[in-house]
Amino acid sequence: MYKLSACCSMSCGISLPPKMILASLRVHKQGNGRCTNVPRNVNLEKLQNNYLFPEISKRELQHLEKYPNAKVISLGIGDTTEPIPEQISLSMANYAHALSTAEGYRGYGAEQGNQVLRKAIAETFYKDVAIKDTEVFVSDGAQCDISRLQLLLGSKVTIAVQDPSFPAYIDSSVIIGQAGDFQDKTGKYQNIEYMQLGPQNNFFPDLTITPRTDIIFFCSPNNPTGHAATRRQLQQLVEFARDNGSIIIFDSAYATYVSDDSPKSIFEIPGAKEVAIEISSFSKFAGFTGVRLGWTVVPEELLFSGGFPVIHDFNRIVCTCFNGASNIAQAGGLACLSPEGFQAIRAVIDYYKENARILVDTFASLGLEVYGGVNAPYVWVHFPGSKSWNVFAEILEKTHIITVPGSGFGPGGAEYIRINAFGRRERIIEASWRLEKLFSMGKSPLLTV
Amino acid sequence: MSLANNLSTSMISSSSSAFLAPTSFNASRTRSVSVPLKSLNIVKCVATPQEQQIAYKTKVSRNANIAKLQAGYLFPEVARRRAAHLLKYPNAQVISLGIGDTTEPIPDVITSAMAKRSHALSTLEGYSGYGAEQGEKAVRAALASTFYGNLGIEEEDIFVSDGAKCDISRLQVVFGSNVTMAVQDPSYPAYVDSSVIMGQTGQFQKDVEKYANIEYMRCTPENGFFPDLSTVARTDIIFFCSPNNPTGAAATREQLTRLVQFAKDNGSIIVYDSAYALYMSDENPRSIFEIPGAKEVAIETASFSKYAGFTGVRLGWTVVPKQLLFSDGFPVAKDFNRIVCTCFNGASNISQAGGLACLSPEGLEAMQEVIGFYKENTKIIVETFNSLGFKVYGGQNAPYVWVHFPGRNSWDVFSEILEKTHIVTTPGSGFGPGGEGFIRVSAFGHRENVLEACRRFKQLYN
Repeated sequence: MYKLSACCSMSCGISLPPKMILASLRVHKQGNGRCTNVPRNVNLEKLQNNYLFPEISKRELQHLEKYPNAKVISLGIGDTTEPIPEQISLSMANYAHALSTAEGYRGYGAEQGNQVLRKAIAETFYKDVAIKDTEVFVSDGAQCDISRLQLLLGSKVTIAVQDPSFPAYIDSSVIIGQAGDFQDKTGKYQNIEYMQLGPQNNFFPDLTITPRTDIIFFCSPNNPTGHAATRRQLQQLVEFARDNGSIIIFDSAYATYVSDDSPKSIFEIPGAKEVAIEISSFSKFAGFTGVRLGWTVVPEELLFSGGFPVIHDFNRIVCTCFNGASNIAQAGGLACLSPEGFQAIRAVIDYYKENARILVDTFASLGLEVYGGVNAPYVWVHFPGSKSWNVFAEILEKTHIITVPGSGFGPGGAEYIRINAFGRRERIIEASWRLEKLFSMGKSPLLTV
Repeated sequence: MSLANNLSTSMISSSSSAFLAPTSFNASRTRSVSVPLKSLNIVKCVATPQEQQIAYKTKVSRNANIAKLQAGYLFPEVARRRAAHLLKYPNAQVISLGIGDTTEPIPDVITSAMAKRSHALSTLEGYSGYGAEQGEKAVRAALASTFYGNLGIEEEDIFVSDGAKCDISRLQVVFGSNVTMAVQDPSYPAYVDSSVIMGQTGQFQKDVEKYANIEYMRCTPENGFFPDLSTVARTDIIFFCSPNNPTGAAATREQLTRLVQFAKDNGSIIVYDSAYALYMSDENPRSIFEIPGAKEVAIETASFSKYAGFTGVRLGWTVVPKQLLFSDGFPVAKDFNRIVCTCFNGASNISQAGGLACLSPEGLEAMQEVIGFYKENTKIIVETFNSLGFKVYGGQNAPYVWVHFPGRNSWDVFSEILEKTHIVTTPGSGFGPGGEGFIRVSAFGHRENVLEACRRFKQLYN
């Protein structure tokens, strides 16, 4: 009988790359008539590995089993660590208490989100670009909305992603049936257009060589590279989308980490309302990774080829496949957008940004090629000529620090490691110190210089 | 007019169950989507722009599956009608027995736990970020021991969700477009609608009011609201809700044994919706897993919505036994887990803290009290319609009363009740062609409102 381990992914030897893990545990049909006759979804068969982040968790657990006394520092999964500012959690607590009263009890909320919250999101983030509250759909997080958008778009559209990119875009695309087969040789899915990003092209794809796809996923500030697209770059992107009749799905989850004058919303670009959807999240903004709250903007002007408004279909998905974000989380969201709440959150964001600066300095001082960390809570370090899972393993083994191997974000991440800047200051400083020890004086075989 | 208004008061035919899907938009956005106007109580101004600007269109085709959907999802449609009615009669004391929305406050023991968790998130020791996508361990364990203690369902078989409706769609994503499904007729509309969206169905056939490729298992008073399985074609998936929304029927052990056998014989998977299990008054199974052999053929989905008033808080769960395998032997739970990890990010930690409190002895007792309250409401409604000479079904094992109006169009009855008594119900045909001729009256409401509603029903139908 097939057994699932407690962390719901398969246990395996540490040194196997994820793909081999899956293959070695493929179930043999029991032949005892205990299977149903329901065929497995072929799209799910196409997925190569476990989703990236549970895989990282698994590695962490295994490492802890091997070194039970190690003081592991997790700079892998981008999980926020700092407490939520008090006025925000207080508003959630008050809302919860109110649910026990006749006046304060609320049942089903509008699937699109609480009206007041939608207005507050529109006014806080989109005031100057005239996005209406009715174009804002409150979610339980960007990851969930990415899949709802895929349900909306269906299996017959083509997509482009940045390479590297947040794995949910590709994985959800495979699941919904857009992606075609995985090609071992290239490490890419057949039907997905991978727009390579790197220092060579200033982390912005060369659109002159990018074929048309229906949908373009674009994350800025970028996870994992940390690059924030410039206004000019986004203008090019919008123009490209307009010329091709494509829809940009702009992931602005890290907008509040922008330090320079890079655009925080795609809608700052004229013409974007007719070609773009924007998704965002309270996760990294307010520490709501566990509370679960986000939003998606679908402008009324965005039309399918036959003239049908996309917003109408998205609304249908939201009403049918979802039932609204938790009302308590939404109360918290509203508090986040009050002047005091926002100010308190800014302090936490600045705290993480200072972490990022420390990490960037550390790697730079070691002579390593380091990117990001300025407009996003991610630091993207290049280890030329190496395999990122090996670098990940080496760092983990020698310093007990969890990072994320760049190839988990696509073939374009192959020689990179992503380090996130979420963590208590002391741990970040400790991590920096350990990394300095590892990489200075050529102690690591990873340094080819 | 804002889009919100547009979406809530879209053109509705008052006499047919086929609703017009497109809405009209404010012309100041320089676009006009022409929508045929049917006779309406609401006058909507759809001005066409002076300059006939051609709106920019992308070259992305609309998802043909969504285009198959006939109208908006049922409950927003009911909400639209209610809103329109309020515009017409601004002083009417509208009583909502339509959408099954809970009304009674959540017991203190539960909200205190949620408040406590909220406060803890502001402390170093109490802050938590991402939770396990499958749900917090303590919640999963408590669900296993509370509901499945002696049924051999374990903690790791349970996946905590933000509600059954969301998990229904996630299950559809797991199954994909190449499976066939069967539903009870009538049934909760999310099963059919999610199936259409997923691409499992053909076109809607107006003459029979059914989607091609879905097997509709008729449930009527004549067959005791349990389908004649000997006439049901094999499908890969069978959605089965018991106690049933909307009919209130609860399948007996014997019936469920037959259902499990049917699934076994056909190699099908039952998706068993047990959202109303705790409303059961009779000695019927509350979980499909009470039936021997069910673990190899069934998934069970459930919700805190109607138990704890969590309709807005958002919490539920789905059980996928490790014994449930696809035809190639691959465990369904593994694929469900993958979907949960990729397309979801866990239920809100605060909601889960509330869920855990629900499952404490004090919480369970408190929930039973609230459930008892709604059951008393149900009894009052059943008695009212019985006394008026109607054939009344349900109400015994579920918070829904299924009233027969033989020969009448259910949207017409809905409109008549709304117009004459200012009571919102739900027309049976919204749940499928098998619901035609019925009205669903839900029993959620403050006691005074339920009593007042019953007074008005008596006035109308005496």
